[in-house]
Amino acid sequence: MNQQHALPARRPTRGGALAWLTEETTAGMARRKTLLAYLFLLPTVLGILVFTAGPVLVSLGLSLFSWDVISPPTFIGLNNYQQFLSDPEGLKSFVNTFIYVALDVALQIAVGLSLALAMQQKMPRWLRYAFRSAFFLPLVTSGAAVSIVMSFLFNKDLGAINYYLGLLHIPPVPWLSSASWAMVTVVLTSVWQQMGFTFLVFTGGLGTISPEVLDAADVDGARGWRRLWYVTVPMLSPTILFVAVTGVIGALQVFTEPYVLTNGGPGDATHTVVMTIYQAAFQNLQIGYGSAVAALLFAVIMAVTAVQFGLSKTWVFYQ
Amino acid sequence: MHSSTVAARRYQRRPAQAQRVLRLAGCAIGLLPLLVAAIIVVAPVWWTVVSSLRPPAESFSLPPQWLPLHPDWNNYLDVFRKIPYGTYVLNSAVVSICVVAGQIATATLAGYAFARFSFPGKTLLFWLIMATLMIPLQATIIPVFVLISKLHLNNTLGSLILPALPTAFGTFLLRQYFMGLPNEFEEAAVIDGANQLQVFARIYLPLAVPGMAILGILTFNGTWNDFYRPLIFLTDQQTYTVPIGIVSLFGYLSTGSVSTVLAGVVLSVAIVLAIYLLGQRYLVEGLTLGGLKS
Repeated sequence: MNQQHALPARRPTRGGALAWLTEETTAGMARRKTLLAYLFLLPTVLGILVFTAGPVLVSLGLSLFSWDVISPPTFIGLNNYQQFLSDPEGLKSFVNTFIYVALDVALQIAVGLSLALAMQQKMPRWLRYAFRSAFFLPLVTSGAAVSIVMSFLFNKDLGAINYYLGLLHIPPVPWLSSASWAMVTVVLTSVWQQMGFTFLVFTGGLGTISPEVLDAADVDGARGWRRLWYVTVPMLSPTILFVAVTGVIGALQVFTEPYVLTNGGPGDATHTVVMTIYQAAFQNLQIGYGSAVAALLFAVIMAVTAVQFGLSKTWVFYQ
Repeated sequence: MHSSTVAARRYQRRPAQAQRVLRLAGCAIGLLPLLVAAIIVVAPVWWTVVSSLRPPAESFSLPPQWLPLHPDWNNYLDVFRKIPYGTYVLNSAVVSICVVAGQIATATLAGYAFARFSFPGKTLLFWLIMATLMIPLQATIIPVFVLISKLHLNNTLGSLILPALPTAFGTFLLRQYFMGLPNEFEEAAVIDGANQLQVFARIYLPLAVPGMAILGILTFNGTWNDFYRPLIFLTDQQTYTVPIGIVSLFGYLSTGSVSTVLAGVVLSVAIVLAIYLLGQRYLVEGLTLGGLKS
């Protein structure tokens, strides 16, 4: 009985692949859509394989060799890593970078948050527009241009900043010529350029706080600073985490500002990890050594990010 | 009359002007930090513009000028004499426009595919691409440099354009845009006999123009101002882009004519600034989307 109603066995469609594709059925349409999808994705996927995903693996591999691009590479195992970790200059570049990261991210968050909070107050629309345009202005400049200008303004003897400090009877600060001040100057330059971005992110974050919560806090007697510290900031904590994580990742890779402002100096006070990679790989053509330092940097970035996320459970409050 | 009523009336008769003055003063105090911040932001820019117009001999002399009393436009001509600045602008323009066009193309295609098609491996592929956003530039730049060298593309503008064509961020951006568009357009078009390509090109693509504009302006900004990649890939002076160009000007002249260097800086910023003023809305939206990734 069942066999009488059984469907005939499916035969492969005649005509091969072309008929398989151009079949005027729902299945055919789905196949055409799938093929089109893969075609649409091809440039991006291929590009990412060739220029991002592939290179990461290649870079790890290269770090195990000694190579100068011209002669054939020689396998030296973990020698590059050993060399870097036993080189005080190399470790100093990591220390410098960490100092930069700490100062830069802290200042960025402080400035961006303060500006965003200050912009919450009532003001005429033209004034709000004027302030926002002003804060975004440095974002369209290149780090190189900003660094050039700042190197003039921060000049110890001829710079405008020390001139005005002198009017306040403050002795000239060796912004760029002292090993202790140089990193501070690099940080100030970078914060000047990027404060518009953190300001924007925090403005967005503040926008997600519902007015009811703030009103409730007001009614309960938490005004001003108390409300800020006990209500607004906790509700902003996801945004702060985002700024901190992306800020740290970006800051760990700083190059342009120290390169143009001080070229890693004075001495090696502002010599960062990426400057080490740049010099090793692209100036000295030590491809293997540069790749090893890059791999170490990548590992540090991942580790620091993981730690940040781990710690975030204790202080970030999600609605 | 009761004393409380008298007292109440006296309170109401207190001059309204006094209250208004107090409120204005409060507003002014609140605006003060913003004003200070705005001055800190604008002052270096203003100083740069004014100083670029000072005669070279006194370009660095104190006190700093804040008004261009005797503008010396020669400094701007000097920039073109000292370095092939026109070539630099052309190089930057070519690279930026090509990268913007390329990224818009790849991101639109890929974003549309992720948003509106379903196919085996879609979720996995999408998250793999998103994962690459976490890979720092340093982890990939050395092999890319080697690859570009082997392709004999180093020292050409192609070395800057080619690796920048695929974009995980742009794919994400355009995917979000396409996902926000309704399906009814496709259904109606298919009923009218359109094939998938026509649905894409004629219906959804025009609707995604704002997303493309955001990606375009963000990418233009980033590419024009990029310093690290051109520094690595370009060694021939004729191929330099603007940021490298002004730093080379800085290197030659930093102890000479400061105002010429500053003129170069002003020129380099002017172009992106013009585009920014035209498309400010898109830049802000793009930064917000990139910042919040909602």
